[in-house]
Amino acid sequence: MKARIHITLKKGVLDPQGKAIANALSHLGFDGVEEVRQGKYIEIDLADGDKAQARAKLDAMCAQLLANTVIENYTVELQA
Amino acid sequence: MKSCVIVFPGSNCDRDVAVAIEASSGTAPLMVWHGETALPACDLIVLPGGFSYGDYLRSGAMAARAPIMRAVLAKAASGTPVLGLCNGFQIMTEAGMLPGALMRNAGLKFICRDVFLKVENTDNIFNRRYASGQVVRFPISHHDGNYFTDAATLDRLESTGRIAFRYCAPDGAVNASANPNGSLNNIAGILNAAGNVLGMMPHPERLIAPELGGSDGRAMFDALASLLQCA
Repeated sequence: MKARIHITLKKGVLDPQGKAIANALSHLGFDGVEEVRQGKYIEIDLADGDKAQARAKLDAMCAQLLANTVIENYTVELQA
Repeated sequence: MKSCVIVFPGSNCDRDVAVAIEASSGTAPLMVWHGETALPACDLIVLPGGFSYGDYLRSGAMAARAPIMRAVLAKAASGTPVLGLCNGFQIMTEAGMLPGALMRNAGLKFICRDVFLKVENTDNIFNRRYASGQVVRFPISHHDGNYFTDAATLDRLESTGRIAFRYCAPDGAVNASANPNGSLNNIAGILNAAGNVLGMMPHPERLIAPELGGSDGRAMFDALASLLQCA
């Protein structure tokens, strides 16, 4: 079972790296870029088993380590 | 005074703070490896600066979940003074010992230079030897020192005197141009509600003698040594 986890900064949290990327894009001539927010993408391979249990486990992983919920949100996508 | 310095893989200010503690107290601290699960009876615990676990995932994230941290959290909860310097502050926020988070510096650059700090709360075990409003010079050396927290927490920190240090100009003025990293309200260091946990990005342990370029940091270790020795 493969899980894809996206970690993004919460709304309202300043993202200086995203701003720098937006600036670089405009220097390259890409116009119309209104905002860039940078995040993280994590893939986890899990032993096959009960999907609901896997989801609960992944949720706990995110809350305890993978994301810092003070500043970040996360989404978990589970593939068969 | 019996003290413990926790050593993580990638800590690099552990020796500096050990020298500072020994200079003030006359006793060298016990260096405790992160993989240990118990701490001896001690009067002070230090989480030193450095780049624990190579700053993987987020600065301090891995170290905050190291085996020894369970014991550190238990000691902190029972009132043992715990000092977190630079990476130690990042570890404290990641471990939930202090609120908020330390994000990438607003200017995106790693900053290594001396800064001026205004001492705010002096009614605590760490800052007793400083005067309220005193301006001190400590080095900073970090990439992720941009203090962030939600508005309600920030209000609570401000209204309950939990700001220990703020970045300021040499004359003590707290303003945007004296803020090296974008920290909310120029915050450089905060205390927990009980006052026994201090986390700060600057490095008092690096300026404890004129030979090192300054001695403004010495008063923090002298204060801890004098208080904890007669306890």
